[in-house]
Amino acid sequence: MATSSSRGSTTSTNRETGSWRVKGGLAQMLKGGVIMDVTSAEQARIAEEAGACAVMALERVPSDIRAAGGVARMCDPVRVREIMDAVTIPVMAKVRIGHFVEAQILQALGVDYCDESEVLTPADETFHIDKWQFKMPFVCGCTDLGEALRRIGEGAAMIRTKGEAGTGNVVEAVRHARTVLGGIRRLQCTPEEELMTLAKDLRAPYELVCEVREQERLPVVNFAAGGIATPADAALLMQLGMDGVFVGSGIFKASDPALRAAAIVKATTHYNNPDILAEVSVGLGEPMPGIDIRRLDASERLAARGW
Amino acid sequence: MPEQIVGLDGLIIPGGESTTIIKLAELYGLREAIARAAAAGMGLWGVCAGLIVIARALTGNAPKPFGLLDIKVARNWFGRQIESFETDLPVAGLSQEPFPAVFIRAPAIVSIGNNVQTLASLPEGIPVAVVSGKILGTAFHPELTADTRLHEFFLNLLNRKDERSREIRQA
Repeated sequence: MATSSSRGSTTSTNRETGSWRVKGGLAQMLKGGVIMDVTSAEQARIAEEAGACAVMALERVPSDIRAAGGVARMCDPVRVREIMDAVTIPVMAKVRIGHFVEAQILQALGVDYCDESEVLTPADETFHIDKWQFKMPFVCGCTDLGEALRRIGEGAAMIRTKGEAGTGNVVEAVRHARTVLGGIRRLQCTPEEELMTLAKDLRAPYELVCEVREQERLPVVNFAAGGIATPADAALLMQLGMDGVFVGSGIFKASDPALRAAAIVKATTHYNNPDILAEVSVGLGEPMPGIDIRRLDASERLAARGW
Repeated sequence: MPEQIVGLDGLIIPGGESTTIIKLAELYGLREAIARAAAAGMGLWGVCAGLIVIARALTGNAPKPFGLLDIKVARNWFGRQIESFETDLPVAGLSQEPFPAVFIRAPAIVSIGNNVQTLASLPEGIPVAVVSGKILGTAFHPELTADTRLHEFFLNLLNRKDERSREIRQA
């Protein structure tokens, strides 16, 4: 494919790149970690220094996208490159729902993971990207089990809750986490003969419904995202059973980003240790300002994007 | 936490981001706890990022590794994620059949100390699995496959230790 600047792969003979195991494998390595939204090389370095396991390269953090209105698109490749050059941890970037050409561009840039994201303005209101066509792995948002399995069916190698990005309000992430995990738990007590109808009701691929029932979890890593602003928020989602967290506006819209970023990393690692959670929650300064979701107009709710 | 290391027969430091792992380990006193336990005979297996963590030295600008296995390691040797790959690899000490090796933004071992034995190399000669005493290191991820032969290999390393300590107790 496009760029092959690596030293090792030039001699490759029987090496398979872009396989399902390799795509899902990177997400496995991010488990228990924090992925942070960054808009510059400097922010990326702050995130890496704080212990982020990956960064998400963006033009604007979600709360600024919210404030700016208009059409939100893929990040400028120049900025993506700057961020890739600034850190050694994986770099993710967002594309609009259905915009497979933006995804082709990110893959050509060598981006490590692509987020087909409702935070940007959708490019297609019926179809998502056919993610099987890419060597670059994808993460997608979901609000319930059916949506998660539709995205996995399209080739997503990692799933996250949508939450409500850019609000600093964790309520929607909690709702989506509970809905997905509750859906998985309900599958465990569903008899086999009811699975086809359940798959129909979930609008999910039957094979994946059977697989989730057997494995008692999603076949890919499942992160929390959308509205996480404090170490306690991160630990809450981890205790609910998520595999890791994305923090968007929550870090660089806070008064002391470096301190808050490090605190959220520690809280995600030690999510079950209230003593450490208490210790890292002290003296972080002001969190990002929050928004009451009930005051948002239906058109301002990003989580409704996705089909 | 350090107290959780005490009394372990073996410890696997898994894949992940080595910068994150080293920072958090440092912060909570795990570097010393793991070094102490390894010196006292605990088995250790570093997988991918874990291999970076236990190395003696790293190339380039990188956090300071634990220095428990006498190898020098280069991070992200094969490039970015789209260059991550799987390949079948013969591994010394395992049965004939090649091992399905999954490399995820993997490191490579660029130099090896005298007491370290190479178990597997890529065709171009880069060592990717090594052992020294009770310390095992792999640049690839056996846990992402259903092949348990390297896990069995590691358990055998630990058992060897048990036999020895039993002998000491009996003596």
